Amino acid sequence: MTEKENLTPSTRIKLLLVDDEEGFVNVIANRMSKRGIDATKALSGSDALKAIRKQDFDLAVVDLKMQEMDGIELLRILKKMIPEMPVIVLTGHGSERAAEDGMEYGAYDYLTKPCEMDELMEKIHEALARGR
Amino acid sequence: MDNSIVEEIDHRAALKKNVLLWSVCIAITPMILVSCIILYQFRISYHQRVNAHLEELVAKHRQDIDTFLKERLGNIQVLAGNFSFENMSNERFLQERLNILQQNYGPVFVDLGVINFEGFQVAYAGPYKLKHASYSDADWFKKAMANNSEYYKSDVFLGLRGVPHFIIAVRRTSGDKTWIVRATIDFVYFNSLVEKIRIGETGFAFILNNEGKFQTHAVHDVAPDKSPYRDFLKYNNAEKKEIHIVEHADASGSTSLYVASFLKHGDWMLVYQQKSSEAFADYRRAVSIAIVIVILGCVLILSTAIILTNKLVRLLTKIDREKEMMNEQIVETGKLASIGELAAGIAHEINNPVAIMVGEAGWIEDLLEEEEFQASENMNEFKRALKQIHIQGKRCKEITHKLLSFARKTGSRPQDINVNELIEELVDLSAQRAKFSNVTIVTDFKEDMPSICVSQSELQQVFLNLINNALDAMEKDGGDIRISTRTDGNRVVVVVADTGPGIPSAVLNRIFDPFFTTKPVGKGTGLGLSICYGIIKKMRGEIEVQSTVGVGTTFLVKIPLPED
Repeated sequence: MTEKENLTPSTRIKLLLVDDEEGFVNVIANRMSKRGIDATKALSGSDALKAIRKQDFDLAVVDLKMQEMDGIELLRILKKMIPEMPVIVLTGHGSERAAEDGMEYGAYDYLTKPCEMDELMEKIHEALARGR
Repeated sequence: MDNSIVEEIDHRAALKKNVLLWSVCIAITPMILVSCIILYQFRISYHQRVNAHLEELVAKHRQDIDTFLKERLGNIQVLAGNFSFENMSNERFLQERLNILQQNYGPVFVDLGVINFEGFQVAYAGPYKLKHASYSDADWFKKAMANNSEYYKSDVFLGLRGVPHFIIAVRRTSGDKTWIVRATIDFVYFNSLVEKIRIGETGFAFILNNEGKFQTHAVHDVAPDKSPYRDFLKYNNAEKKEIHIVEHADASGSTSLYVASFLKHGDWMLVYQQKSSEAFADYRRAVSIAIVIVILGCVLILSTAIILTNKLVRLLTKIDREKEMMNEQIVETGKLASIGELAAGIAHEINNPVAIMVGEAGWIEDLLEEEEFQASENMNEFKRALKQIHIQGKRCKEITHKLLSFARKTGSRPQDINVNELIEELVDLSAQRAKFSNVTIVTDFKEDMPSICVSQSELQQVFLNLINNALDAMEKDGGDIRISTRTDGNRVVVVVADTGPGIPSAVLNRIFDPFFTTKPVGKGTGLGLSICYGIIKKMRGEIEVQSTVGVGTTFLVKIPLPED
């Protein structure tokens, strides 16, 4: 068990991970867990909204291209509900323009899939540091 | 030959034929129509003029001859009226009268004779020995003695003297004696009156009597077909007062004009005849000139129509080809756009599984860091394999990013473009194919290249085409493609050089022609380079080619920089 896994629940980062690719969500959540992040998995926009009503999150990582509700729409709703919560946008589409749209709607930053875990962790910590 | 090419040639030939036919018909028909109408009116007018002239000529000569005959009759009537039978029967007196007449009128009067009622010539003055000649059975004597007229003018006959002549006889009655004064008119002199009616080479006149016998010599041979004369002689007395003109063709096809006028109370017919070819020579010359002018006009119209038609068809063909090229270009651009959309879709679909794959590899790495796995003897191999998964995942990401980047640039809107970046992307896209063809693509870019403002997709199309052509050329034997960029004044120059088999000089100047291809049937449309040429020309640039067989081919693309 790693050092970060042993962090108390109060010190662990609460993150909402939204992506319609279940395999991706599972593996990222597992890896985050080893890095001191409790990732709540949501496979759609509506799942994400349900989760956010149940508990508070320090941060959200949202995929832009999803079947039911796309990431931009979810981002807009999240930003209305909890404006202070940083949101990092992930895009498998690779379209910088779409990601830039996300930035306009209040996303902290964006990463293109497939991204390295270290890269993602760096962005998460940056976002949280900025928020504090 | 390709069916479409055969159809195009047929279509062009049919178009040429139609345009030529219509333009020639429209231009020539009015000219021929107007010429025919003018010539027809001219013919009528000219014939009327010739007929009027000949009528006037014949009428004048008829009057001259009639006047001559009346005057000679008057001379004899004066003798018969003024002198008694006794005086006239005196040959010496008669000779004196003849001498006086010959002095006054020349050799018109050949002789004079006085004949008693029995037909016995009682006195004679003249060159023949005709004293005491008996005319009791002579036709002229019988007619002269008939009571219906006091004088008689005979037809030409040979008579006792055996030479052609005609006589004027005046009958007188004094007391119980009836006698006749007869004068012989010189045939040669009379004949000369008619013979002098001449026009041109073939126009001449002669006199026929009621029976169609010649009363004067005909200068030329008259037509063997006597039907015109016979037709004239059939006229009744009223018709004989008119002048008649007919045009008649003989058996040989030669036509002549016949003008007939009657004199001596309808007993004689003055006939003037002339070959139509001569009478209407001026008209025929005018017709010939008009025909030559019309033919020259037709030739001029035809040659002009041929030249204009050729130009028009060439222009239409050029427009058709340009249209076809434009369509092809639109299709090519559309294809690129479709490829772009497809690439974007593929990139998205691939990125997700790759992200999972890379994530799972990372998860394994995380798990391997736990203590129980550290002692594994295969740990190094696990780490190498995981690193490889990360490297290949990154490679997939780069590939999909390039595809997406390509997909974003499929619009035809001009935009600022860095040629180096654009070519780099195309080289990356072509790298796999180059690898299979054993071709090495080398780039030599000038740093800090200024941007040009053109359609990115069109420029992509040009360089992709040049790279693909070079790859096609070196598909079998491999080689190098060297792409370099530089600036030349206010132009960006891109050089695409290959070490392929080269293009023979005989076809080098045709490679930008539409539908020209050296590729096997079914492999090339022959439009690629012509589209490249069209695109670069549209960008106000230039595309040049240099090639040496066995050495390679170099394309130079020069595109102007934005003016500001």
